[in-house]
Amino acid sequence: MISTATLLAIVLAPLAGAILAGLLGRKIGRTGAHSVTILGVGIACILSIRVLYQLVWGGAPAYNQDIYTWFQIGGIGANVGFLVDRLSAMMMVVVTFVSLMVHVYTVGYMADDDGYQRFFSYIALFTFFMLMLVMSNNFLQLFFGWEGVGLVSYLLIGFWFKKPSASYAGMKAFIVNRVGDLGFVLGIAAALHFLGSLDYSTAFAHAPSLTGQTVEVIGGHPWSAATLICILLFIGAMGKSAQVPLHVWLPDSMEGPTPISALIHAATMVTAGVFMVARMSPLFELSGTALSVVMVTGATGAFFLGLIGITQFDIKRVIAYSTLSQLGYMMAALGASAYAAGIFHLMTHAFFKALLFLGAGSVIMAMHHEQDMRHMGGLRRYMPITYATMWIGSLALCGIPPFAGFYSKDAIIEAVGASHVWGAGYAYWCVLLGVFVTATYTFRMMHLTFHGAPRFRVDPHAGHGHDGHAEPGVLTHAPHETPWVVTVPLVLLAIPSLAIGYFAARPLLYGGFFGSAISVLPAHDVLAGMAAEFHGPLALAVHSVATTPFWLAIAGIALTSYIYLLKPTLAGTISKALGPLYRIVDHKFYFDELYTALFARGSVALGKALWKGADAGAIDGLVVNGSASLVGRIARRARTLQSGYLYHYAFAMIVGLILLLAGFVLVPHA
Amino acid sequence: MTHWPFLSLLIWVPIAGAVPVLLAGDRRPQLARWLALLAALLTLAVNLAMLSGFDYHSATMQFVESKPWIPMLHVHYALGVDGIAMALILLTTITTVLVIIGAWQAINSRVHQYMAAMLVLSGFMTGVFAATDALLFYVFFEAQLIPMFLIIGVWGGPRRVYAALKFFLYTFLGSIFMLLGLIYLYLKSGTFDMAAWQALPLGMNAQTWLFFAFLLAFAVKIPMVPVHTWLPDAHVEAPTGGSVVLAAVMLKIGAYGLIRFALPVTPDAAQHYAWLVVALSLIAVIYIGYVALVQEDMKKLVAYSSIAHMGFVTLGLFIVFMLIRAHDGDAAQLGLQGAMVQMISHGFVSGALFTSIGVMYDRLHTRLIKDYGGLARVMPWFAVFMVFFAMANTGLPGTSGFVGEFMVILASFAASPWLALLAAFTLVIGAGYTLWLVKRVVWGTPASSKVEAMPDINAREALVLAAFAAFTLLIGIWPEPLVKLLDPAVNQLVQTLGHSKL
Repeated sequence: MISTATLLAIVLAPLAGAILAGLLGRKIGRTGAHSVTILGVGIACILSIRVLYQLVWGGAPAYNQDIYTWFQIGGIGANVGFLVDRLSAMMMVVVTFVSLMVHVYTVGYMADDDGYQRFFSYIALFTFFMLMLVMSNNFLQLFFGWEGVGLVSYLLIGFWFKKPSASYAGMKAFIVNRVGDLGFVLGIAAALHFLGSLDYSTAFAHAPSLTGQTVEVIGGHPWSAATLICILLFIGAMGKSAQVPLHVWLPDSMEGPTPISALIHAATMVTAGVFMVARMSPLFELSGTALSVVMVTGATGAFFLGLIGITQFDIKRVIAYSTLSQLGYMMAALGASAYAAGIFHLMTHAFFKALLFLGAGSVIMAMHHEQDMRHMGGLRRYMPITYATMWIGSLALCGIPPFAGFYSKDAIIEAVGASHVWGAGYAYWCVLLGVFVTATYTFRMMHLTFHGAPRFRVDPHAGHGHDGHAEPGVLTHAPHETPWVVTVPLVLLAIPSLAIGYFAARPLLYGGFFGSAISVLPAHDVLAGMAAEFHGPLALAVHSVATTPFWLAIAGIALTSYIYLLKPTLAGTISKALGPLYRIVDHKFYFDELYTALFARGSVALGKALWKGADAGAIDGLVVNGSASLVGRIARRARTLQSGYLYHYAFAMIVGLILLLAGFVLVPHA
Repeated sequence: MTHWPFLSLLIWVPIAGAVPVLLAGDRRPQLARWLALLAALLTLAVNLAMLSGFDYHSATMQFVESKPWIPMLHVHYALGVDGIAMALILLTTITTVLVIIGAWQAINSRVHQYMAAMLVLSGFMTGVFAATDALLFYVFFEAQLIPMFLIIGVWGGPRRVYAALKFFLYTFLGSIFMLLGLIYLYLKSGTFDMAAWQALPLGMNAQTWLFFAFLLAFAVKIPMVPVHTWLPDAHVEAPTGGSVVLAAVMLKIGAYGLIRFALPVTPDAAQHYAWLVVALSLIAVIYIGYVALVQEDMKKLVAYSSIAHMGFVTLGLFIVFMLIRAHDGDAAQLGLQGAMVQMISHGFVSGALFTSIGVMYDRLHTRLIKDYGGLARVMPWFAVFMVFFAMANTGLPGTSGFVGEFMVILASFAASPWLALLAAFTLVIGAGYTLWLVKRVVWGTPASSKVEAMPDINAREALVLAAFAAFTLLIGIWPEPLVKLLDPAVNQLVQTLGHSKL
């Protein structure tokens, strides 16, 4: 049995750490701040593992209880409560484990930062919100966690708030996410309206009643209620999980310190949308249209956003575009009703992507906060642990067997290929070609960073100027391997990146691991078909050597190796030869330019027009002050009547008398 | 316990308390401050004591008092509260204490008069919420204009006379129509008892005239678009305390008036014209949102933000009619509850934001956004509060700002997905104007050496901001107690509105 006390401890321990580090940061000092938060997240991690163990091996039933009533109005109730089944328990372990690794890593990464305590407070607070999100048993608390992680993401992207680009990126992330949340909140309202409850289990129990229910959003065009609910909810997922066209905030989020890029913008928060759609599988299964939308959106991102990664020179941005692409893979899996494959990839990706980001952070530390790969090269000799672990992360990302990413990505590609929903053909090509793209940007990054000759120079006298801004590519001392607080998390993340796929593939994909947490209609169940072909993880790895994805990955690795190791000038030649095509990708398909013109500048212009035109102009200028001055003018005229001169009055009396008499005479009597 | 005239105490203790405060005189400002705080705390204590005697399951008026006042016109000095009035009175008494503490150092000239005006204002506002006799309501409604007029006109900024007059005339113009409506209803019924009016049968024609008279009077007060332009001016010129009371309590008087008069007395006309108010509310949310985005003066920005947030109150009140027509009683209650919770929440959040702006203004004597920047480094504790209240203003879950908006959006969806979409646009535009403000004021680097020298908040300022933050957080995390307090009255109002008078 899972006890309420355990679950409360899991949620509240990181919160307590966050509050202590945040409010008493100065009193307890740096050591105090990282101790309380690591302790809090550590407790949450250990207890989460225990909960998962109880559920999977201990035979404990899923936990579903309300903790307290948030409000009860008529028949509409909103509660705070937990639903802990295998799906949420797995998420809890992933979240707390990666969070714990990032906490430890931060001790090294942020060692010289003024905002040390503040940073620990934020990441512990993030863990609290993320746990509230995944453990929720209702839409309300889901939204609480959802927006809560958005808040912490905002604070952390803008962590170095003195940098205008950082505070701008934070704001952009929050507002773009709010566009998604606009859809999400309407989706919650739709779920309440059609299903009668904010509680998952009650709402899902009513889900069958949705079949045949329609709603006329636009007059004369009835929509299925299930489609409306699911698409609205998915808009929320598009914001949080950075799907096209709401992906623009994620690359900019790299302004934040690297540990949070790993934790929030790779491993956990951005996968909340994937988790949410999987959690809502009883609803999404009812709408083929919604599944198509999910699949096509995801697959589009998987291929096209991956392409951008090939053109980037900032090491973190390459990984960021990689994250966008991988999130697309997860979504595509969900669209194919292979929820288990999507969640499986979420888990493996959490490990190897956190590893890659933390590895990149380790490189950045060694390079004295230089992120441009054009000034790196040859780092493998200076930092062997980082180098080795990055290799593992890269192979996992490219889906080379038997690394973790292979099992999850292979399942996704096959599931999308087997799917019959509208758009599956297009999606299949996207996810398939995406493999080549992934291998290309990944090994381009590996080569530029670690291989070849160093493109930086060591000059002990450089950068001692007053402003501290050294010339790019000039270091004051040679790069060296980072301290153990940095490398130990890398190693600990490399282990699951290497092995978790091998062990988890069978139970997660074909073993009914998630039980009733995920429901799939028999007609949609592509994984069931694939199960017949599955003869164990080893056989799959061996068999893969004869498949297209494997050779696409190899092709990507080979091509980049040839270009960057043997013919470094070729890269420039190719990008020139591609001309406009390269420019479009290099400019990220002009999304940012378009949005800035349309939404940022457009809104300000509209606001100014409304303010000056309508508010100050029409209402205040014409009506309010206009009527005031009208009264004034009438009064001035009226004042001249009361001049005080007797002859004026006498004249007026005479005129009045004449008019009166004339009227009396002229108007005919009744 | 109920034999005590609790409501009279709530009204008259602060007003009587104003006398010794005035007597303290100009020479003894410290005495005036302490006496004012004492009176405000005493009032709050009385109010809290009432809560234990309050019946949470009853929709009828409680703590009722009634004495003939003008027998010739059947006017009574009649008081009573239900959950709706009680919640708003609590907001008033709490805000008064915080405003008096907040003005401790900010007001240096004529301290005794300022404090006395605040106390009198508090008493009159409580009177508005407690009156069950329409003429008594009207008297309090007009009377509270006077101290606010003085607060803006005497302690205000450079254009205070224009702003004070605009404020006074706007409200006064509206209330003339209300007076006409009240006289008509008196002639028709022979009483000023508001409960009797709710049961008074009225034809559609009469209801329509009355509805628009009330709507005009109260729309100015809320304020609704397009009669809102007095608010930004009044806020900009008002001293911090004036702004806080104006935003936190006074705007609610308009919505309260609609709840007591326009809704139950003329339900059929309100039903018929609900679309108009719903449309104006959505215009307030979206149009005013854009206007707020481009403000250069922090107080104007928050003032416009107030108008947009009050749009949710009127939306919640009038969406109810569409839901009643659709026989969705639960959603109707949700909409009305949302409107009420939004009022209380907006009281705390906007009060806190105006207090925060006051804290900055006291140090730098400018309200222009471009004069600030980098406060996160210069005033870290202040920045914590400022970001927190900004998040509450954007309706972040976990803060009170979310609760009411969420309820109203849920209810609106039941009426029409399109209405909900337009209302939910606040998620984006509200985040836009609030976070852009935060970006320019809190983040970045200090705009000048003067900003660099700004000291962080002192204990007194921290106390006020922490109190506001506590209420914002409490309602956000656990709104059920507030919802419970409001529930019987809200439920009964929905029942009343469901019965046609025709």
